[in-house]
Amino acid sequence: MPQYTLQVNGQSRTVDADGEMPLLWVLRDLLQYTGTKYGCGIGMCGACTVHVNGKAERSCLTPVSAAAGQKIVTIEGLGQDTLHAAQKAWIAEQVPQCGYCQSGQIMSAAALLATTPHPTDAQIDDAMAGNICRCATYFRIRKAIHRAAQEVAS
Amino acid sequence: MTISRRRFLGTSAALAGGSFVIGFTLRAVAQDTPGAVTDKDSPFNAWIHVKPDSSTELVLAQSEMGQGVWTSLPMLLAEEADLDWERVSVVQSEFSLGTGGSGSVRSNYLPLRRAGAQVRASMIAAAARAWKVPESECTTSKSQVLHTATGRKLTYGELVPQACKLPCPDAKSMKLKDPAQFTLIGTARPHLDIPDKCTGAARFGLDVRLPGMVYAVIARCPTFGGTPAKFDAKKALAVPGVLQVFEVPARGHRVYTAGGVAVVAKSTWAAMQGRKALEITWNYGPSHGETSETLRTQMKEALAKAPAWTSDPKGDDLDSLPAEKRVEALYEFPFLAHATMEPMNMTIHLRDGKCEVWAPSQGAEAMRKVVSEELKMAETDITVHTTFMGGGFGRRYTYDFPTEAAQIAQHVSTPVQLVWTREDDMTHDYYRPAGMRRMRAALDAQGNVVGWSDHLADVPISAFWSAPGEYKVDGEELPPPIPYPVPHVRSAFTPITSAVPRAWWRSVENSFNGFGVECFIDELAHAAGQDPYQFRKRLLQMPPIPQAKAAGEDRTPPDPKRLVTVLDLVAEKGGWGTPLGPNRGRGIACTTTYAYIAEVAEVTVENENIRVDRLVMAIDCGQVVNPNGARSQLEGGMLFALSAALKEAITIRDGGAEQQNFDDYSVLRMPEAPALETYFVESHDDPHGLGEAAIWLTGPAIANAVFAAAGKRLRRMPLRMDEKAV
Repeated sequence: MPQYTLQVNGQSRTVDADGEMPLLWVLRDLLQYTGTKYGCGIGMCGACTVHVNGKAERSCLTPVSAAAGQKIVTIEGLGQDTLHAAQKAWIAEQVPQCGYCQSGQIMSAAALLATTPHPTDAQIDDAMAGNICRCATYFRIRKAIHRAAQEVAS
Repeated sequence: MTISRRRFLGTSAALAGGSFVIGFTLRAVAQDTPGAVTDKDSPFNAWIHVKPDSSTELVLAQSEMGQGVWTSLPMLLAEEADLDWERVSVVQSEFSLGTGGSGSVRSNYLPLRRAGAQVRASMIAAAARAWKVPESECTTSKSQVLHTATGRKLTYGELVPQACKLPCPDAKSMKLKDPAQFTLIGTARPHLDIPDKCTGAARFGLDVRLPGMVYAVIARCPTFGGTPAKFDAKKALAVPGVLQVFEVPARGHRVYTAGGVAVVAKSTWAAMQGRKALEITWNYGPSHGETSETLRTQMKEALAKAPAWTSDPKGDDLDSLPAEKRVEALYEFPFLAHATMEPMNMTIHLRDGKCEVWAPSQGAEAMRKVVSEELKMAETDITVHTTFMGGGFGRRYTYDFPTEAAQIAQHVSTPVQLVWTREDDMTHDYYRPAGMRRMRAALDAQGNVVGWSDHLADVPISAFWSAPGEYKVDGEELPPPIPYPVPHVRSAFTPITSAVPRAWWRSVENSFNGFGVECFIDELAHAAGQDPYQFRKRLLQMPPIPQAKAAGEDRTPPDPKRLVTVLDLVAEKGGWGTPLGPNRGRGIACTTTYAYIAEVAEVTVENENIRVDRLVMAIDCGQVVNPNGARSQLEGGMLFALSAALKEAITIRDGGAEQQNFDDYSVLRMPEAPALETYFVESHDDPHGLGEAAIWLTGPAIANAVFAAAGKRLRRMPLRMDEKAV
């Protein structure tokens, strides 16, 4: 089995894995980063969203061979010392219900805010359309993103 | 956290690990579970621990699946106990009651408050003794007892040793606060489980990780009721990481599992790859020919004939009633998947004659029974840990995944996690039933409804769960009595036979009954030439006519005045009657199911596309415990119902579900989510449940708005502008 070295949340981690094994399962099953969730396995729900070199990517579609050597951040590493503005806003707006999709929602929102500090509603729609919330907390997610944008600004 | 239940046998107050403990009994909820949930060791199923540092822990038997019970239930307790809310925490007990039917707050409003009052009374008794003063001179606040006259105070923590020595006050004799005295109930409180759900720390069923754990997936027949005829495991076993391949047989009614071939591997991915490499020949079974079209044909034929069951066998013949106008319409609704974000799963470890289970379950006590039956093991040898759930919506009441996990555990010596892929979850759900209904009504010259007939033909849930030959046709699937006064009402039902598994889906039958009732009332308003809001209001203000209770209906008749209040409120807040511009329209709907609720939907219909711009809801649900959580349930419920109304359908082909994943089973996404407003009517009546409350009327409010915007009456869900007559 080939070996791959990954940079996850600032730490170097080496795994033995089939090169086709999606980053999602490497994180969850081999490295115990269970904050990143499985929802569909085909990039349609966004629950598995992580940052690869700062960009939101679907870890269920990212083979470990492609992730090796890249800078990967998961929900556990997003606010390591102090919570990320999106996480704070999520708590302030009381977004999660069941909470299962929210790791992916927050990772998508954090990536959006990094490139677009003051997103419009249309930009939020574009950036978040790939993340399903079955409890349908969309109304509060939108409010939380606007709140996080304000916090970053101030 | 483990508590021996035996320790509390026969007494409700005790010292455990230095804490003051009160045990009490919370009630399970509506849904039937296999076998009554009984606790053989203790009369109690929930405990309060007041610790020496005055922090308080509530050990709760209800499952948290996003509905907020981890916050609303301790609020009830803390209110009556006068606890310091900042120092209250919740622990999931090692078993759980059935959690669903919008019942947690509704059923436990009094038991939890009484238990809280017991804590308060015990602390006062202990302090009064210590100070040698009458109890009546003591007051409580923030986990402290105060003696105002002398300025003395003792914390609950300091009082723990004394309180444990005193007899526990009788729960039933506790005097509860008047709602006017509430300082916590009715105030918006952040949910205690939310911070962990924003950092990845919250542990769901699929997040269970144990030393030496392996992973399993099952290849199931794509046809409902199909089984493997033969299989070759060679290629699957050659996949790196795959450890074992074996057959798990299907189980019959009550637990109903598809059966199939299990693949066990060192990682979830390897198990999935192993399953792909399996070579299986299926025996597709007797339902291979079933399609959505064959079912629709049966439904249409059934509605053209006399029903199998009616509320009034003598029959109110609508055709013989004198009437100014007669209206008739056929409505249709599809099978729906629960599609919880976390697919079904369970982790199990069988060793040394004991079994440990980690279950994202709406009823761990029922899970324990199911696992015990499959393993032929005493329930007392099985421990069930309830985890957080990535959505419930009724799906996590069922027994297929625990049965399968127990089957697999018998082949595996290490802990094993059964994982359903999204495709498994979509194609082997227990679906919301599909059906059609023929609505007929007679109107008099004033536009009053003199006759109302509702004939429903669907694939009933109870028929699926009954043993062969045991199903009895009744009116269970039909709606509760409509709130409008109608002198001649006839409800009728005809079951359609199908192999498609089905069960409870958030609000169960109300998810389709509301669509028929509130759209048809809208049609009657237009037939009478009256405004749909005023038409409803006028009917509700007429003298009520008592109706026969629907099967299983035990509530007292609703008060039409309270419904008018929310109807007026939603009309005002929703801007009813004010102009909206081209291609836009408003629809209204109201109900007394779950609570007194009314909703206005605002839509735009452009290029054959329906967009919902705004949903406004007004509700009188009795005492609101946590306005934050209550609003959250209504917002989520409105959009859950919007998703069903505009997007979702499971269709059947070759005896199986056609949809596989979120690419072909569309659900609501951010760009389609409208602005939401919720308004509560202040009330101190006992609370109603809210988990399912918004489902009844959101779909019809939208369909009625589409008619207002585009002049086309849509009667088939999911709503499409190109709908042909059913």
